[in-house]
Amino acid sequence: MDVKELVEKLDLRVLCGEDLGRKVSGCYCGDLLSWVMSRANEGDIWLTVMGNINSVGVAVLADVACIVLTENAALDSDALSRAKQNDVIILQTDKNSYQMAAAISKLI
Amino acid sequence: MEEVKLHYDVNAYDFTCAGEASGKLKRSLKDLGFDASLVRNVAIAVYEAEINMVIHAEGGVIDATITPECITVVLDDKGPGIPDVELAMQEGYSTAPENVRSLGFGAGMGLPNIKKYTDEMSIDTEIGVGTTITLKIYNK
Repeated sequence: MDVKELVEKLDLRVLCGEDLGRKVSGCYCGDLLSWVMSRANEGDIWLTVMGNINSVGVAVLADVACIVLTENAALDSDALSRAKQNDVIILQTDKNSYQMAAAISKLI
Repeated sequence: MEEVKLHYDVNAYDFTCAGEASGKLKRSLKDLGFDASLVRNVAIAVYEAEINMVIHAEGGVIDATITPECITVVLDDKGPGIPDVELAMQEGYSTAPENVRSLGFGAGMGLPNIKKYTDEMSIDTEIGVGTTITLKIYNK
């Protein structure tokens, strides 16, 4: 499955990202950046409420497929511009991380 | 490939730039053709060390020496030093201030993550003088 299909099936808002063709292979939930960076796998969908510039840095380094900001967590403007520079896909949903992960598990 | 040397400056307390040096190093290693998992390991270890410099020291410098066999990264700061290295190496132990924790840092995983993702790690620290961390990751 790719990010485009994820967006369509789970009705996610695209906050950043033009090419949604990146393949997704798994999912990781967490807000502590060091924790996420060492444990999320390449190609994971990362569910978090952290929408700051450092989350974008972690997404780049850990090579996750996309960030999904759950519970409508905000993306700040510095984070958006860094995400654009680095081609990081950022999505948003009103669902919480548990609901989102449960929905994702039915798809992948 | 000949030996490649790269140098980065890390600014103090600047979280908007934090991760830039490790991001640049990651791209350079990718461009040099290193294996993706090796690149990821180096990037994670250096990011953690870079963030530590931003949070705890007043910035610092990072020097990377890259050969086909080994990537060596030396991170040097003039910060306060680490009073108890053994304690700092424990997962979950953190002295990060509250404002930094609210950004998602301070999990107490920084030094443990550096150790986890490198083949060799040495910490040379002196109170009031600074800390030098040397990392080695071999290209197996």
